Amino acid sequence: MNIVAQKILPPNATSAEPFLARYRGLRAGLPGPRAPREAAADLLRRRGLPGPRDEAWKYTSLRPLTELQFHAALTDAGDHPAPVALPHLGALAESPRVVFVAGRYRADLSQLPDQITARRFAGHLGTQEAADDSQLLALNTLLAEDGALLEVAAGIDAGTLLLIHMGADLSGTPAAFHPRHSVHLGAGAALTLVEISAGQGTYLHNPVMDIDLAAGARLAHLRLQIESPQAFHIGAVHAAIAERASYDSFSLVLGARLARSEIHARLGGTNCHAALNAAQVLRGAQHADFTTVVSHDAPCGTSRQTVKNVLDDHARGVFQGKIEVARAAQKTDGYQMNQALLLSPHAEIDSKPQLEIFADDVKCSHGATVGELDADQMFFLRSRGIPQAEARGMLVRAFLSEALDLVQHDAARALFDEALNAWWETQAP
Amino acid sequence: MLEIRNLHAAVVEKPILQGIDLVVPDGEIHAIMGPNGSGKSTLAYVLSGREDFAVTAGSVTFDGADLLAMEPEQRAQAGLFLAFQAPVELPGVGNANFLRTALNAVRRARGDEELDAAAFLKLARAAAKSLHMPDDMLKRNVNVGFSGGEKKRNEVLQMAILRPKLAILDETDSGLDIDALRIVGDGVNALRSERFSALVITHHQRLLDHIVPDRVHVLAHGRIIRSGGAELARELEAQGYAQVIAEAA
Ligand SMILES: Nc1ncnc2c1ncn2[C@@H]1O[C@H](COP(=O)(O)OP(=O)(O)OP(=O)(O)O)[C@@H](O)[C@H]1O
Ligand SMILES: [Mg+2]
Repeated sequence: MNIVAQKILPPNATSAEPFLARYRGLRAGLPGPRAPREAAADLLRRRGLPGPRDEAWKYTSLRPLTELQFHAALTDAGDHPAPVALPHLGALAESPRVVFVAGRYRADLSQLPDQITARRFAGHLGTQEAADDSQLLALNTLLAEDGALLEVAAGIDAGTLLLIHMGADLSGTPAAFHPRHSVHLGAGAALTLVEISAGQGTYLHNPVMDIDLAAGARLAHLRLQIESPQAFHIGAVHAAIAERASYDSFSLVLGARLARSEIHARLGGTNCHAALNAAQVLRGAQHADFTTVVSHDAPCGTSRQTVKNVLDDHARGVFQGKIEVARAAQKTDGYQMNQALLLSPHAEIDSKPQLEIFADDVKCSHGATVGELDADQMFFLRSRGIPQAEARGMLVRAFLSEALDLVQHDAARALFDEALNAWWETQAP
Repeated sequence: MLEIRNLHAAVVEKPILQGIDLVVPDGEIHAIMGPNGSGKSTLAYVLSGREDFAVTAGSVTFDGADLLAMEPEQRAQAGLFLAFQAPVELPGVGNANFLRTALNAVRRARGDEELDAAAFLKLARAAAKSLHMPDDMLKRNVNVGFSGGEKKRNEVLQMAILRPKLAILDETDSGLDIDALRIVGDGVNALRSERFSALVITHHQRLLDHIVPDRVHVLAHGRIIRSGGAELARELEAQGYAQVIAEAA
């Protein structure tokens, strides 16, 4: 019983019981083999949800999540009154897309591309489950019901694909979605995946994406997180990158009440490349945590990170960036820059760069800055007739441009710019 | 156009302007000269609304309105322009985008229609050309990597595009080569009309050869200690400030 579960939890841990209870109820209806889910349940029972007592969760607490009573049913139960109005897609409106609404694949809203094999998740979970600090992954493994399995065959350039998730509550009751996606690019294949997470109401979106890039493959992973202001977004990407392959990601985080996005990139072959760039623009009482682990396992890899936080009101931004360079990974070239702009005296940034280097011939640099808007620059703009709010907007965009300019895809860049404009024009939640 | 009465201003409780009286009528150009640290830039900042300076006494009217009650952007929208002694750099802000945002903000405030990108670019290119500025300065980030003289020219470009009623040029001539000095002079002269006035802060007669002032004022220790015609500038150039200051004391 759950009393037992509570008892064996370490002190200060946040119980995962609401999710475990839901799992017990749904167990029979969940797809795929039972064993990985049972292992995940066991881990969550022992360790609880990740929280400040876990090394990697020092700055982010999931406690608010446990204060909610989530809907117990499978997410497609009944007539789901899900919003189906897709977010604004701008120049990408004609692009092929895979759409999920409230955790479920929606064939009627999707347009599958010719050059990509797309299948639905059938319960086949990855293998990296067991580690003791992988509770976030375990939460997804426990309850994953649906997801997209995307495959691009060797040598194919599959162009641009949208992966959209629209979250929603279930008739006013908070809902939880745990989609499990996977992306596989064959040798020399290429894809630009534009991932949009949006929604309405109170819900948990807990996506996990497993990415596997064969030799010489190129994936541009451009992510826009504009979840509802009441939502929780707790997600992880695990990318395995083979020789000469490139994983080039950019994440723009504007939404959710509480967000944690992890990216784990493993540079497993020689001469591969990973970029984990991000911008988080937050206000009100938003909390967003961008946590990355770049593992250089093989020689001559390059990794790049430009991470910007713009924080207004009482918002809190977290950036944790770990770079691991294994003994074999000679001639690794790693770069990490992390900058925050605080627009309010109550805003807070916590950043933790972490370099673990076991090879001797490597080039790894990192830097961090925290600042406010420059008074001279503000006065200069205002002295030219530009109203204060507009001047602030210009300087914030200027601050973000170094990260946004890394997005090479014009239509996606325009989508990010428009999302930022919309953010700027709406009031704080 | 501009009427300054008994203006006192302080920075961090240190009094700097100590009773300035100055009237610049419509259509006139006045020069302000004076030793380093006498308060010339402070006057320029106080007029354009910089918050670090506290006005402790006095009044300023601009075209009949209470200038000191306005926000910096409102002053600009009303037609005031300050060419900075030390223009700031804006990394990440394109010069053309900045200029267009400024022009449209001013036009909006005046009830004029905003210019679209194409119309603006045409106007900006023509203005840049008349100031002998290469087009690529419009594409670059505001003042980033500009030479000292290029920054000053960029200030004049902003003035040419915003077409103010009152321009305050704070040592716009320093750092300019001889040709640029003439170009800047031409830029100011091109705006000259019955509805345009200027306050030209300078240390040198040479700019005043190009922009012939109606009046010249000497500022020392936060006060105007002497005023005269264009010939006063030549006199100062020949004699220095010591005698003028001694006579005023
Ligand atoms: N922020 C500040 N804090 C302290 N003192 C200041 C500040 N700003 C200006 N001052 C002082 O006010 C006085 C007037 O400065 P201002 O810049 O107005 O002189 P100026 O006449 O423009 O000189 P210059 O010819 O060198 O440009 C100087 O003594 C200066 O040090
Ligand atoms: Mg000065």
